[in-house]
Amino acid sequence: MFQIVKREEMSGGTVILNEIEAPLIARKAKPGQFVILKANETGERIPLTMAETDPEKGTITVIYMVVGKSTALFKTLQVGDGYQDVIGPLGKPTHLEKVGTVVCVGGGTGIAVLHPITRGLKEAGNRIITIIGARSKDLLILEERMRAVSDELHPCTDDGSYGHHGFVTDVLKKILDTQKVDQVVAIGPVPMMKFVSKITKEYQVPTIVSLNPIMVDGTGMCGGCRVSIGGKNKFACVDGPEFDGHLVDYDELMLRLAAYCEEEKRCYEDYCRMEESLS
Amino acid sequence: MSELTEKKEKKEKIPRQPMPEQEPKVRAKNFMEVPLGYTPEMAVKEAKRCLQCKKPSCVEGCPVNVDIPGFIRHIKEGDFTRAIRNLWSKNSLPAVCGRVCPQEIQCEGVCILGKKDDPVAIGNLERFAADWERAHGTGALPPKADPTGKKVAVVGSGPSGLTVAGDLIVKGHDVTILEAFHKPGGVLVYGIPEFRLPKEIVAQEIHFLERLGVQVECNAVVGRTVTLDELFEQGYNAVYIGVGAGLPRFLNIPGENLVGILSANEYLTRANLMKAYLFPEVDTPIPRGKNVIVLGGGNVAMDSARTALRLGADSVRIVYRRSKTELPARAAEVHHAEEEGIEFFFLTNPVRYLGNDKGRLTGMECLKMELGEPDASGRRRPVPIEGSEFNLECDLVVVAVGSGANPLLTSSTPEMNLNKWGYIVTDPETGKTTKKGVWAGGDIVTGAATVILAMGAGRKAADSIHKYLTWGW
Ligand SMILES: Cc1cc2nc3c(=O)[nH]c(=O)nc-3n(C[C@H](O)[C@H](O)[C@H](O)COP(=O)(O)OP(=O)(O)OC[C@H]3O[C@@H](n4cnc5c(N)ncnc54)[C@H](O)[C@@H]3O)c2cc1C
Ligand SMILES: Cc1cc2nc3c(=O)[nH]c(=O)nc-3n(C[C@H](O)[C@H](O)[C@H](O)COP(=O)(O)OP(=O)(O)OC[C@H]3O[C@@H](n4cnc5c(N)ncnc54)[C@H](O)[C@@H]3O)c2cc1C
Ligand code: SF4
Ligand code: SF4
Ligand code: FES
Repeated sequence: MFQIVKREEMSGGTVILNEIEAPLIARKAKPGQFVILKANETGERIPLTMAETDPEKGTITVIYMVVGKSTALFKTLQVGDGYQDVIGPLGKPTHLEKVGTVVCVGGGTGIAVLHPITRGLKEAGNRIITIIGARSKDLLILEERMRAVSDELHPCTDDGSYGHHGFVTDVLKKILDTQKVDQVVAIGPVPMMKFVSKITKEYQVPTIVSLNPIMVDGTGMCGGCRVSIGGKNKFACVDGPEFDGHLVDYDELMLRLAAYCEEEKRCYEDYCRMEESLS
Repeated sequence: MSELTEKKEKKEKIPRQPMPEQEPKVRAKNFMEVPLGYTPEMAVKEAKRCLQCKKPSCVEGCPVNVDIPGFIRHIKEGDFTRAIRNLWSKNSLPAVCGRVCPQEIQCEGVCILGKKDDPVAIGNLERFAADWERAHGTGALPPKADPTGKKVAVVGSGPSGLTVAGDLIVKGHDVTILEAFHKPGGVLVYGIPEFRLPKEIVAQEIHFLERLGVQVECNAVVGRTVTLDELFEQGYNAVYIGVGAGLPRFLNIPGENLVGILSANEYLTRANLMKAYLFPEVDTPIPRGKNVIVLGGGNVAMDSARTALRLGADSVRIVYRRSKTELPARAAEVHHAEEEGIEFFFLTNPVRYLGNDKGRLTGMECLKMELGEPDASGRRRPVPIEGSEFNLECDLVVVAVGSGANPLLTSSTPEMNLNKWGYIVTDPETGKTTKKGVWAGGDIVTGAATVILAMGAGRKAADSIHKYLTWGW
C-alpha cells in the first residue's frame, strides 16, 4: 500500500492534495512526469501529474480535481489510508533549459501540473511571467506557491471576483503585445490550451502544452491515449504528455475525452447516491 | 483389467473423446470457461487411444518436448499424480498450455493417429492432469537446492518470466519478478479472456511460485521506476527480460481516432485485467458496442470478438483480409467463435472509418480482395478488387492486426542490440543478449508468438543463467 502522509482540501473541497509515500518514484521523478494511481481492488487506473516530489522523505504529491467516480473515491482517503497501487514515474520529463522569458499559463488544476515545471524553468535561469486563472476566486489554487517561483504573477477569474476579470488569454495577449517572449507553457482545460496556442501561433512564440487523454496502462501498450500531433499519431503516455501546442488537434482530443461520458456519469451518480444513503 | 477385455477394447476403436462444453447459446452470454474438462473416465479412455509410439512424432511437435507418451501412460494407468510430475519436468504451466497451445499445428498435428483418424487429444489430457492436481494434489513443493546467495531479477511476469523464476528458485537462487502492471501474469491475465483461461489458474501458478520463495513486485516499470543498470547496482547478478510484444498496431487509415476504435490491447485489458465487464461494480468502463467489427484473424481477434458478444453486442463481425485457410488463430477458437454466431468477412480490407459530427464511429468502408501471388511468408498475397467498395455499419471496432516491440525498456538500455523491428537480439541457444548479465526471451525476442515458445525460451535462458551464476559468463 502507498500511504497518504498529508492531505489538504482546496477550493472548497473540490481540489484535493495528497502527499503519498512512494520512495522509488520520488527518487526518480522529474518535473512534467505523472503517476497512475489505483485506490483499491476494483478501482480504475487514474493518471495524475506529480506536483511535487521529496526524494529524501520518499514522498510524491498529487493535486487533483474531483470530477467523477474515481476522484470522488480518492477524496474519501484520509491520512493513514493509502492507494493500493501507484505506478511511475511515467511520461517524458519537461525539457528544462534557459530560453529567456517564459510565460506560464495555468487554468484550473492545470496549475498544479504547471507548478513544478515553472519552478524548473525558473531554476534553469529563465524570467518567469505567470498567468493563472479559474472560474472564481475560491477556485483559484496554489497562488502563493506559483508567486514564489515567478517574477510576475497575474491572477484572473472568469467572474471578476479576483485579479483580472476575464480569461487568461486576454492577459497573455497584452504581454505578447508589449514584450519579447521566448516561450509559452500552457496547461489547463483543453479549450484554454487551444486558444492559447492559437494566439501564440499568431505571435510565433513556441508553445508547450500538456495533454491529458484517457489512459489505461501509461506505458505505451494500449494506444488509448493516442493524440494527433501535426497529423501524426502519438501516444501521450510515452511520447508526451507535453507536445508542441501548435501541432495538437485539440478538437479531436476533446471528442476523445468524452468517450466514456455516459458510462462515467452513470457510475458517478450511482456512487453519489450510495454515499448519500450511507451518510 | 483382464487380458480379454483389453484385447476387446483394442479391437473396437475408441473415438476421440469430445470435450464437454457449455452450450454456445448459453456461453455467449457469460464469461465462464467454455470447455468444461474431462472426467477421469473420459481421460483414461482417451489415454488408451495413444499407441505409445517408440519414436513418438508428437514429442517432436511440442516446442518443449513434453514426454507425451509417458504422461499419457500414467493417465491410462490412473496414476494422475505421476502424470502431472512427468509434465512438470518439461512444462511448468500445463494447465495453461493444455488450454491455449495451438495443438493442431504442434503436438497433435503430427500425432501418428492423425494420419487416418483424429489425433490423440494431447492438450485435453494435459489440461486434465493439471486440473486434477489442482483439485486433488497435495500442493507439495518440489525440493529446493541450498541458497547460492545469487540474486536474479526477472522483468515481466508473462509465461516466459514465470518459467525463468520457477526454474531458478529451485536451483537455490534468490528471484524477484518485476512487473509493470498492478497484477502479474502478462498476457495470461490481461489478454486471454476468462472464458478461455480462468484467471484463478494463473493466480494459483503465481501463488505457487511465491510459496517457493519468488518475490513478485508489481507496479515496477523497468526503464522508468528502475533501470537495468540500477538493478545491477542494487546487487542483482543477472537479469532476464520477458516483457512481451505489447505495442499495439493500427492500420493508419483515415478516421482511426474516432471514438469507438480501440486496439485489442486496450479492449482486452479493460475487459480482463480491469474486469470492466462488471462495470459499474468495478470502476473501469468499456464500450459496449451494438454492432462490433474486429479486424484481424489471430487468437487476439477471436478473443476480442467473443468478448464483444459476451458484453451484449447484437452483431459481431470479424473482418480479415485473407481467406479462412490463412486464419492464424487456434482452430478450436475459430470453431467456437463460429458456433457462437460470429460472422466472418474474409478477403475484406478496411480502407477508412466513417464517423458522425460528434467524432463517433458509425461505419467502415471496405474493399473486397482476391488472392494473388505468394508473398514473403509463402501465403498468397491479398490484392484489392477495384471498384468493390462497400460499407459496413458499426459503432465499435477492435483493431487486432498484430503487435510490435515496446521501446520503453530497450530505449533506456543502448548497449543491448535490437533488430530492425526493435526486438532484442539474443543467442538462440542461451538467450544471452549483447549486454553482459542480461538474458531475454519470449515475444520481445521473437515477436508475438505463443505461450509455449515463450516458456521454452525461458527454460533455455534459465539453464544458461544458472550456468553463469555457477561458473561465469
Ligand atoms: C497525464 C495526465 C495527467 C493528469 N494530471 C492531473 C492532475 O494533476 N490533476 C487533476 O485533477 N487531473 C489530472 N488529470 C486528469 C485526471 O486523470 C482525470 O480527471 C481523472 O481520470 C478523472 O477520473 P474520474 O473517474 O474521477 O472522472 P470520470 O468519471 O472518469 O470523468 C469525469 C469527467 O472528466 C472527463 N475526463 C475523463 N478522463 C479525463 C482525463 N484523463 N482528463 C480530463 N478529463 C477527463 C470525462 O469526460 C468526464 O466529463 C491528468 C490526466 C492525464 C492523462
Ligand atoms: C489476446 C491474446 C490471446 C492469445 N492467445 C494465445 C493462445 O491461445 N495460445 C498461445 O499459445 N498464445 C496466445 N497468445 C500469445 C501469447 O500469450 C504470448 O505469446 C505470450 O504471452 C508471450 O509471453 P511473454 O512472457 O513473452 O510476454 P507477455 O505475456 O506479454 O508478458 C510480458 C509482461 O511484461 C510486462 N512488462 C512489459 N514491459 C515491462 C517493463 N518495462 N517493466 C516491467 N514489466 C514489463 C507486461 O506488463 C507483461 O505482464 C495470445 C496473445 C494475446 C494478446
Ligand atoms: S505443451 Fe503444448 S505443444 Fe507441448 S504437449 Fe502440451 S499442449 Fe502439446
Ligand atoms: S504420436 Fe500420438 S499415438 Fe504416438 S505416442 Fe504420440 S500421442 Fe501417442
Ligand atoms: S495509456 Fe496506454 S498507450 Fe498510453
